[in-house]
Amino acid sequence: MGDGTELGRVRGLGSAHEGEEAWLQQRMTAVGNLLLVSFVAISLVLLPDLSYGSVVGWIKHPVPAVAMAALVVNVFWHARLGLSELVGDYVHETGNKFAALLVINFAAAAGIAFGLFFILKASLGGAAA
Amino acid sequence: MATRPLSPHLSIWKWGPHMLVSILHRVTGDGMAFVALPVLIWWLAAIAGGPESYATFAHHAGAWYGMVVLVGISWAFFNHMTSGIRHFVMDAGAGYEIDTNKGWSVATTIIGILLTAAFWAAVIYL
Repeated sequence: MGDGTELGRVRGLGSAHEGEEAWLQQRMTAVGNLLLVSFVAISLVLLPDLSYGSVVGWIKHPVPAVAMAALVVNVFWHARLGLSELVGDYVHETGNKFAALLVINFAAAAGIAFGLFFILKASLGGAAA
Repeated sequence: MATRPLSPHLSIWKWGPHMLVSILHRVTGDGMAFVALPVLIWWLAAIAGGPESYATFAHHAGAWYGMVVLVGISWAFFNHMTSGIRHFVMDAGAGYEIDTNKGWSVATTIIGILLTAAFWAAVIYL
């Protein structure tokens, strides 16, 4: 490993030796999204209407509530990976990259937390529809 | 490095369907992260908030600008889904021959639009 050209500095190092975990998680969550979004979309289309009563009645059932919760976790994790990949491709300055990844991770965590809270509140709380 | 000439081939290319499908995959994916996920959380918050907050959401969702956003989100989803499935096929090492690759690039883009139309037909007629 010389200190000459940029190519000379990386030649012979092989792959980055990191990233396969994110790659695999992206594929796993992709399949999860395919199943969960399909389930939720078909369920909602098959409801008689999308009024408040119909939708609350739907989300009070265990399977739709758990599917929505799984969807929120899965879809925000998938988005977190996708946005991180975008940052990895276009943001090269170390400080900016760290800041961007920080925002992405915080936003994804907030999305999951708020999503789960609202689903629990809608499905467990308050008066019946 | 600074003064040496770059090889000229980097700026010589023309558009192909495989480039379009790649860019659309990223645009629809990151676009959904910025638009569809906030709408999803808003929708869940509106359900949790009760009839009045749900009525506010439904009012905006049913307005012309809301429908533009919802149709856009659904197209982004179906486009991302079909090109994502194409990625799974390519992950398996298949479909790299130029004709096959171009064919499926065009097909996934068109299937995404057809699925969007079928989805809204189902919303309206079911």
